[in-house]
Amino acid sequence: MTQEDLVPPELKRNVFVAPVDWIYNIGRAGSVWPIMFGLACCAFEMIVTLTSRFDLSRFGMEFMRASPRQSELMIVSGTVTKKMAPQVVRLYDQMPEPKYVMAMGACAISGGPFKDGYNVVPGIDKYLPVDVYVPGCPPRPESLLDGAIKLHQKIRSETILTSPWYRKGVDRELPVPELGPWGLVLPKGEESE
Amino acid sequence: MTSQDTFDRLVARFPGFELEYVEGKDPAVLVKAENLVALAQYLRDDEECDYCSSITGVDYPEHFEVVYHLYSMKNEGGPVILKVRAERENPHVPSVTSIWRGANWQEREVWDLMGIRFDGHPDLRRVLLWEGYQGHPLRKDFPGPQDEYTFS
Repeated sequence: MTQEDLVPPELKRNVFVAPVDWIYNIGRAGSVWPIMFGLACCAFEMIVTLTSRFDLSRFGMEFMRASPRQSELMIVSGTVTKKMAPQVVRLYDQMPEPKYVMAMGACAISGGPFKDGYNVVPGIDKYLPVDVYVPGCPPRPESLLDGAIKLHQKIRSETILTSPWYRKGVDRELPVPELGPWGLVLPKGEESE
Repeated sequence: MTSQDTFDRLVARFPGFELEYVEGKDPAVLVKAENLVALAQYLRDDEECDYCSSITGVDYPEHFEVVYHLYSMKNEGGPVILKVRAERENPHVPSVTSIWRGANWQEREVWDLMGIRFDGHPDLRRVLLWEGYQGHPLRKDFPGPQDEYTFS
């Protein structure tokens, strides 16, 4: 029995049958609102991606929310210093689920040219679960748009049954690192990934 | 560019200070640390160097050096460059915060990154790094952060 057979004949012209995931994911992917914060020079490429020439709002991402409670995508745009990393992780913890992280630029991915510096986190994926990596130094707006499309593909491929957002018993709060004598240390009892 | 004229005026005004003229691309006046505040006071009041543009620390093998760039907004002149030397072990330099208030955070930055203490500074704390950081990272003998992400 196909999905078409589920519909009574008198309703054939009025009812459209589709998986719940498909409808639901299209709705979610169409309005991914990023949180409004920039960390370094990559932020300017992120800003220009929002302007009319590149126009991130074509993908429903035009609302940069100034509060983490209203946003579902964190674009880590630039160098994450060790002094800033606890605040970044805390912002991520404050975002409602489902939430996604995009690491934009070489610094956010791996530390970039400042990897061996005394105050730079070598990649934000040490502390946050990154969904999309956008390489470049800084990435051009087209790269960021491609990253947005990749994120939409990821959102569309999720199912309600298996995605972690709807499960119980998942530890949702990430440990916020603390500042130690050389750099960041995770709070006691937490292990680095 | 500290001109020879300025240097001659300074020597005539302060004959006992043992000032030295440092030749180079940007000539400077080398002043002893104990005479720095008096010289700075004179430069601000009489030479009208009303703007302390930058305070920098330099790490030399034998000593530390603090470099002051002074400009005159009123006469559109400058820079007059002062250099002060401090010993490698436990370096101390008098603070000029009482003369140029803008020197406050710049001296804190030099203390934070180079570890040069400024005597008489009203609030000498780290400004860029956090309290409890180990060492001063822009020194040549800084070993690098010894954390779990350091690779050799």
